[in-house]
Amino acid sequence: MRYLPKSPAERKDMLAAIGAKSIDDLFSSIPERYRLREALKLPGPLSETEVIDFFKARAAENSGGYSSFLGAGVYNHLRSVVTDAIIQRGEFLTSYTPYQAEITQGTLQAIFEFQTLMCQLTGQEVANASMYDGSTATTEAVLMAERLTGRRRILVARSLHPEYRDVLKTYAKNSGLHVEEIGYGANGTLDQKALHSALKDDVAAVVVQSPNFFGVIESLSPLADAAHSSGALLVAAITEGVSLGLLNPPAEADIVAMEAQSFGLAPSYGGPFAGVVASRDKFVRQMPGRLTGQTTDSEGRRGFVLTLATREQHIRREKATSNICTNQALCALAVTVHLTLLGKEGLREMAHQNLSKAQFALSELEKIPGVRRAFAAPFFNEFTIELPRSVKIVNAYLLREKIIGPFVLGTAYPELTKHALVCVTETTTRAEIDRFAAVLRRALEQPL
Amino acid sequence: MTDKIKKASTHPSQNEGLIFEKSSPGKRAFELPPLDVPAAEPAKALGANYRREGVEGFPEVSEIEVIRHFTRLSTWNYAIDLGMYPLGSCTMKYNPRVNEFVARLDGIATEHPYQPQELSQGCLKILQLLEKCLLEITGMDAVTLQPAAGAQGELTGLLLIRAYHEKNGNPRKKVLIPDSAHGTNPATAVIAGYEVENIKSESHGQIDVDKLRDLVTPDVAALMITNPSTLGIFEERIPEIAEILHAKGALLYMDGANMNALTGITRPGDLGVDVMHLNLHKTFSTPHGGGGPGAGPVAMKKILEPFRPVPILVEKEAGRLALEQIRPDSIGRVKAFSGNFGVLVRALAYILAYGPGVRQATEDAVLNANYIRKHLEGVYELPYSLPSMHEVVFSDALQKKNGVSTMDIAKRLIDYGFHPYTTAFPLIVPGALMIEPTESESREECDLFIDAMRSIAEEAATNPELVKTAPHTTRVRRLDEVGAARKPILRWKPQVSRTEAAD
Amino acid sequence: MAYPANYRYTKEHEWVDVKGDVAAIGITDYAQHELGDVVFVELPKVGSKIEAGKTFGTVESVKAVSDIYAPASGEVVEANDVLHNTPEKINTDPHGGGWLIKIRLANPAEISGLMDTAAYEAYIASQSKEASA
Repeated sequence: MRYLPKSPAERKDMLAAIGAKSIDDLFSSIPERYRLREALKLPGPLSETEVIDFFKARAAENSGGYSSFLGAGVYNHLRSVVTDAIIQRGEFLTSYTPYQAEITQGTLQAIFEFQTLMCQLTGQEVANASMYDGSTATTEAVLMAERLTGRRRILVARSLHPEYRDVLKTYAKNSGLHVEEIGYGANGTLDQKALHSALKDDVAAVVVQSPNFFGVIESLSPLADAAHSSGALLVAAITEGVSLGLLNPPAEADIVAMEAQSFGLAPSYGGPFAGVVASRDKFVRQMPGRLTGQTTDSEGRRGFVLTLATREQHIRREKATSNICTNQALCALAVTVHLTLLGKEGLREMAHQNLSKAQFALSELEKIPGVRRAFAAPFFNEFTIELPRSVKIVNAYLLREKIIGPFVLGTAYPELTKHALVCVTETTTRAEIDRFAAVLRRALEQPL
Repeated sequence: MTDKIKKASTHPSQNEGLIFEKSSPGKRAFELPPLDVPAAEPAKALGANYRREGVEGFPEVSEIEVIRHFTRLSTWNYAIDLGMYPLGSCTMKYNPRVNEFVARLDGIATEHPYQPQELSQGCLKILQLLEKCLLEITGMDAVTLQPAAGAQGELTGLLLIRAYHEKNGNPRKKVLIPDSAHGTNPATAVIAGYEVENIKSESHGQIDVDKLRDLVTPDVAALMITNPSTLGIFEERIPEIAEILHAKGALLYMDGANMNALTGITRPGDLGVDVMHLNLHKTFSTPHGGGGPGAGPVAMKKILEPFRPVPILVEKEAGRLALEQIRPDSIGRVKAFSGNFGVLVRALAYILAYGPGVRQATEDAVLNANYIRKHLEGVYELPYSLPSMHEVVFSDALQKKNGVSTMDIAKRLIDYGFHPYTTAFPLIVPGALMIEPTESESREECDLFIDAMRSIAEEAATNPELVKTAPHTTRVRRLDEVGAARKPILRWKPQVSRTEAAD
Repeated sequence: MAYPANYRYTKEHEWVDVKGDVAAIGITDYAQHELGDVVFVELPKVGSKIEAGKTFGTVESVKAVSDIYAPASGEVVEANDVLHNTPEKINTDPHGGGWLIKIRLANPAEISGLMDTAAYEAYIASQSKEASA
């Protein structure tokens, strides 16, 4: 087998050196009756070519050749081939967690750069070396707020991504946290009146997403003020990081939980992505996840190490800030490479293209009789429209024209039937937008 | 360095500063295609939220500088592609390149989790086949591919256990965990809302089965076992342990980190395990990438199936596959979307490459570990003498006589061209050296490792200072971890200027 | 390092120095040596109450965290804030400048149950023997 560097002769020699008669001797500690007598019934073995053919056949059964207007937490953005050229290097791809700093300075310095980029983007003072994804980062941010305040009530915007709210619920159930939803107003932003009446001195955190699930941008300052006046912390969740190219960073938030998928990670049917928790320096000892710090060696050279490890499971065990062990290092590296490729101007330009194309798309869609913009507040690259008929039926029509239509909001938000979330990024061409508008117009002209 | 060190030599290594230190306004590394719609006016469109300037401090460099920067950084890393990692319980095996290729295919990397299910049958077939393979390997009845990592898999497993007990009227209070367990075990139990009771291993490093009977009270929800244990030793009495727990209505959770010793040889389901997680980035060859991403599928017996996290893969009429988002008894969602799909693809590619012959990998892993054990017994102290499986744990007791610790030996191993083994774990062995070669190591590499370890033992006896001040050949010497923790510097800031001899 | 004759000691390696009804508390030289370089200390707030036998704070090195157990019950009247910036004082001067907190004793009689210098020195000698056994 091509992955095993042993010849039959070498196996024989090694057994002899050990003093074993056969390889079965080495498994004698497993009771006889539990040792498998037959080979496992698994498909294969496949040669390299056959492995590739298998996956190519699967790829052909997916969405090749379709345009898409889906966002809703996973975004199509341009990626450079340079990123893969870097992360495919064996020294990055096949390297272990940098616990032995002297021989992993490459990984450690790259993580330090990642932490810095995340701080610059979010306006926070410290960021960790990544968490599994945005949904678990948001949950971990909430748990962090609980630890910091000693309180158990959490106020969560209904406009936070539905799956993020689901994940929070799963974790909250066993932590004794009480999670309550705060609704949104007519313009799509958080209902501040509802927030004020819900805020008492038992609230640990107010959790808001911006741009929120409807694409609407939230103003965080009044929300931060409200939270702080009750001694609660503001947790800002970000699912579309490219928005930070043109939007003010959530510096008023006490903790930021961001999904970094938009920065160079392929959609990959939902993962692996990279979440980040960023916050103030004074809260760092309650932060979950790995942290890389700058230091010097015994001869005065600058170097980097994993630090503040006493927060983590391998030391604190049952008193750890989180049970997280792996992070998303290779994904975080891809994000770091991508952001250095884009640079200050590139990110701004990318954000501007997103904004421009989304504005253009909305203006084209609003020309179609029956299509209405649902929320008046500003948006970035996603917006909600209301249709005169079921979105599912309209999307079925679009699908026959090889267009994957906008996200159906009615399932997660029963109060928003016939509403759809349209996402347009820099990868959507004008031709695709024009065709989408034309086909949608025809779809709505179809007899019911 | 002399000819006793055969695997490595020194060589000029490129220096490189932080990317921010090479930054200069006006440089760009990536250009976008021109805008094909009317340009929006951001101030007008975004109002008060508009960010007037670009992100402050963001790098501005050219493409070649990006390539050089990260390429230079990469050359400072050790990696599996360069040589053996003897890290115990990490299973640092070869990361097959075809896995990287297929994960990047158009139609695999490009798929959106919310696209119509009729356009995702390829993705769903991948998930289904991986599920089937993992069930066959573990001997279990049902599986979830959602958890993003081993630790998340552990949490999922414990939440399944909790849901099961709750359905039976009493969630119970405690989880029993051996003192040899990995730190994620107790951390996870607490997050799942359980108290942790640490149980002491007996003199051979195994679970004390006789004492266990008294410890399993009606308050105990489960026991978390690692098998083979973190000492690399098979828990022979695991079927008995399962019986004791089951008699009291408790469940047996297995940490599957050491599955590389069992695949194709025995199945945890047959041994009485109720629920377990797998580490795809260990046993199933998905790359560590400097610390992740991983994936931690959880396999379980039928009794836990109703509580699986959503979404759940189902087969409908005419073989059509679908993901169901609502299940009444589910513990809920543990992660957005559907697991670390890209990692799952790589694991499936690994399994397909081996097929039923995957047993050979396990045999070679155990062969390598025992070969190394045989040649280092007597050179290093072996605290527990029961047969080793895929890993062996020594201690530094013999070397401590000269003041040389496991950490020192590990650092000296770096000069010999290897990554250190796992130091100071498991906790029940003071001064531990935990060594797991995996099946990916040739006899030659094993011999080089043995030679290195023997040579270092000799140095510990004749020239301990050399070992205690190692490594000597790396770009940086031992780093000040105390200073890094006392005065943390966790990001670059423009005004910081320190003498940086390294760049 | 010598163990001050007028101090009292616990099995968890804390020392107590009683002056009137106020007791200064710290960790011993043995403890700081076991722990290694101290990087961080977590202390209770002034005014809070601590209970004999229960933990009241932590001392951290790079690789370990040690709980500190209260040798006696009382109210915290002073915390050694200088340790926030110079936690290394616990290593260099564990019995003096590295003190952790001062409490007003709730029950001064609790002190008589603690080890005196001779007993503590014998105790740590037996600990070291066990460790190398």
